[in-house]
Amino acid sequence: MSTQALEVGPPKDSGQSRTAWRLLMNNRLAAAAFYIVVLIVIMALMAPILPLHDPDTTSPANRLLPLFSEGHLLGTDHLGRDVLARLVWGTRVSLFVGISAALAAAFFGSLIGLVAGYAGGRADNLIMRGIDMLMAFPYILLALAIVAVLGPGLLNALYAIAIVNIPFFARNVRGITRGLSHREFVDAARLSGKSHIAILTTEILPNVLPIIVITMSTTIGWMILETAGLSFLGLGAQPPQADLGSMLGQGRALLFTAPMISVIPGVMVFLIVMGVNLLGDGVRDALDPRLRAGALSRPMPVTRIERPHVPEPDETAKASALAVTGLETSFEQGGGREVAVKGISFTLRKGECLGLIGESGSGKSVTALSILGLVASPPGVITGGAVTIEGRDVLSLDETQIASFRGGKVAYIFQDPLTTLHPLFTVGEQVAEAVRAHQPIDRVGAHEKAVELLRTVQIPDPEQRARAYPHELSGGQRQRVGIAMALANDPDIIIADEPTTALDVTVQAEILRLLQALRRDRGLALLFITHDFGVVAEICDRVAVMRHGEIVEAGETATVLGDPKHPYTKRLIACVPIPGQGRAFLDAIRALPSADTDRGRGA
Amino acid sequence: MASYIAKRLFAAIPVLLGLSMIVFLIMAMIPGDPATAILGSYATPENVERLNRSLGLDKALPQQYLAWLGNLLHGDFGRSYALNRPVLDEVLERFSATLILAGTALILCTVFGLLAGIVSAVRQFGWVDRVVTFFVLIGISIPSFFLGLLLILLFAVQLRILPASGMYAIYGGGDLADLLKHLLLPAVTLAVVATGVVARLTRTAMLEVLRQDFIRTARAKGLSERKVIYRHALKAAMVSVVPVIGLQAGFVLGGAVYIETVFQWPGIGAMLVKAISTRDLLLVQGGVLFVAAAYVFVNLIADIVQAVLDPRLKT
Repeated sequence: MSTQALEVGPPKDSGQSRTAWRLLMNNRLAAAAFYIVVLIVIMALMAPILPLHDPDTTSPANRLLPLFSEGHLLGTDHLGRDVLARLVWGTRVSLFVGISAALAAAFFGSLIGLVAGYAGGRADNLIMRGIDMLMAFPYILLALAIVAVLGPGLLNALYAIAIVNIPFFARNVRGITRGLSHREFVDAARLSGKSHIAILTTEILPNVLPIIVITMSTTIGWMILETAGLSFLGLGAQPPQADLGSMLGQGRALLFTAPMISVIPGVMVFLIVMGVNLLGDGVRDALDPRLRAGALSRPMPVTRIERPHVPEPDETAKASALAVTGLETSFEQGGGREVAVKGISFTLRKGECLGLIGESGSGKSVTALSILGLVASPPGVITGGAVTIEGRDVLSLDETQIASFRGGKVAYIFQDPLTTLHPLFTVGEQVAEAVRAHQPIDRVGAHEKAVELLRTVQIPDPEQRARAYPHELSGGQRQRVGIAMALANDPDIIIADEPTTALDVTVQAEILRLLQALRRDRGLALLFITHDFGVVAEICDRVAVMRHGEIVEAGETATVLGDPKHPYTKRLIACVPIPGQGRAFLDAIRALPSADTDRGRGA
Repeated sequence: MASYIAKRLFAAIPVLLGLSMIVFLIMAMIPGDPATAILGSYATPENVERLNRSLGLDKALPQQYLAWLGNLLHGDFGRSYALNRPVLDEVLERFSATLILAGTALILCTVFGLLAGIVSAVRQFGWVDRVVTFFVLIGISIPSFFLGLLLILLFAVQLRILPASGMYAIYGGGDLADLLKHLLLPAVTLAVVATGVVARLTRTAMLEVLRQDFIRTARAKGLSERKVIYRHALKAAMVSVVPVIGLQAGFVLGGAVYIETVFQWPGIGAMLVKAISTRDLLLVQGGVLFVAAAYVFVNLIADIVQAVLDPRLKT
């Protein structure tokens, strides 16, 4: 189920709610909570027909009977009333009040949200300002103020709790409605002459319902808790009527002599609230998987490596700056694994620039990241092959040894420097940090080195710019910072993953020139990942063409460009637009017929 | 930075005005004659009329509001009829006790919530994560007034190591050690829910941040995993956690109503409950205004801390 559809899609069929139900029941905790809540609700509903004592009949002869007394399973209170009967009836009252408050808050809050979101403009502004004001109060305090005015009483407590919860509904519903009211199907309804009320009820409301249900399921626990709280303070249910909160409040006076009288209703409130909360979380997860916190799993410092056998690098591999032999990287998906890089091999000689070219999804970036175990894991797993640097297999090393290669001998430059630089540190700090990760140098020294590096990558006024945050720099300057960071420890190899893709053409040319110059000056080996043969032609000595996780063609750049063997290579080359050849360009970008185009990956 | 703080301070003014307006309107909703409601039904007609005049109730609502606001700004919050003293004096006295309690709870929930959240994100799906998740679930579901009673039963009745109520011992108390001893149970009780919320959000924020591109960059630089988590990820996660801590201030200030009643802490919450049952509405009004203003102030601080962390927010 896509979240898109849930948020702003057209009305859905009932099949979806069946899926949501199955999702809910698959969540073991939520299912258990569901049964507990249902059990408690049934018990509360059946209170009048259960064989219980009258909860209000006092019996001075039987005061404070202990638990499991004959005829009084949970004992009696200070007036000799049966605690079990009071518990069942009290639960009934608490549930009734909590649920009523939730329904009232949902109704009025959603109404306000719908109107504000649909009306837009000044009305929306005014209403939402008021809602924000209400939310500026500590929640319980506002309820207290309302009870203060209306006077203590169960009904007044219900009103108070409902009112203070209205803002949550109004806010959530308003947000969704705002988005919906500009959608095509709403415009269509408007054009067809439907009234505003008809549009709100038939077009918008069905799409807003899931959000209302989610908000209700996550706030109803609080509402039950807060009404119990008001009763506990003596501001809700008034004697002789009792809910769980007032039972707890009255039991408090006997805390030292008969603690069970307050513990029993307390445990009941706890059970109800926990059950409702768990169920609410389950409902939210089932209806809106995007919000599921558990779905996020944290990537490990090094990609998981599970190689059944490790290939022995040959002499060429040992002599190269970098050699990749039979590399296979997969992604765990559902129960199985999808192989993204299918046993590819290549070498990068010292001082050479090798272009790794392919379209998005061809596995070229995954290859680049696999080299030093930077593929996010989970879900990534390196399932085969070897990466040889300085004659050693990097993937056999432990975490700290791999980390010492990263940014040391081998440095990375990434695609979009706005997301790849840390937004909350100055660029100077970030470059200095790269220096200090590998060199024993103090803070001041590292900073000076960072400024020097920023100068090397031709950032004007580097002392000043070092104090800037990434968002204060232009895209080209950010990428220069990325390059400065890569140069921090005089690497032998730089792996550049589409370093110019996010930049406009003139800046792209400047960055390429800079990389070329640095490579010549420092004798760097450069692995250059791109989808653009124009760039390859400009800077790469050799090129390897990747498609669907395999290298389909490799060779000297001039040879491959002059006489491409694989039809895919031909297409990629033809994709570089040349002025005056519009028709040929269009032919080239037409999809290449292939046995596995329907796999959804690549073409 | 200074200009940002000034801007935020200015932005707080309309919020405070809005709060005062809401409180004023709630009080204006009192059914029947407000003066009678304030003075009680046994008040003499002369007193009712005098109060009506001094409250300006013969004028239109907006004018009444302005006059009332003017009085507030001059420090005139009215007189508590039940206590027979100015509301402001009583509220200020009570407020310091609430600040000690709520402030301690806020510190506790920040420290323990952050710790628990970070550890459970770092050791995701490990046993620490499971234990934290379990306690968070219990923490956010247990009614604080019930937890308070349980803690009293355990520590004051069974173990007899901590006092069950009050802020100072009646005889021979009054020093800091005595205060801390009295503070421990209520502050912990008050902090439990907020700690759960902070822990939960910290965990989610950390997990979200750890998937970001800039974390991969930090790893690609060769930083140790410690630096990656405690420097790069934590700083970014804090940007979304700080406002949540600000919101917990509201929870803690509001929850003080229950805790102060349970532990008989002489704060503003206990005062409000008593004032409501004695229908001492001016006292209620003053207390609510004070606590709400304190909440606005804490959120202002949270905003500023967030802007210190995240330079993108300053512009």
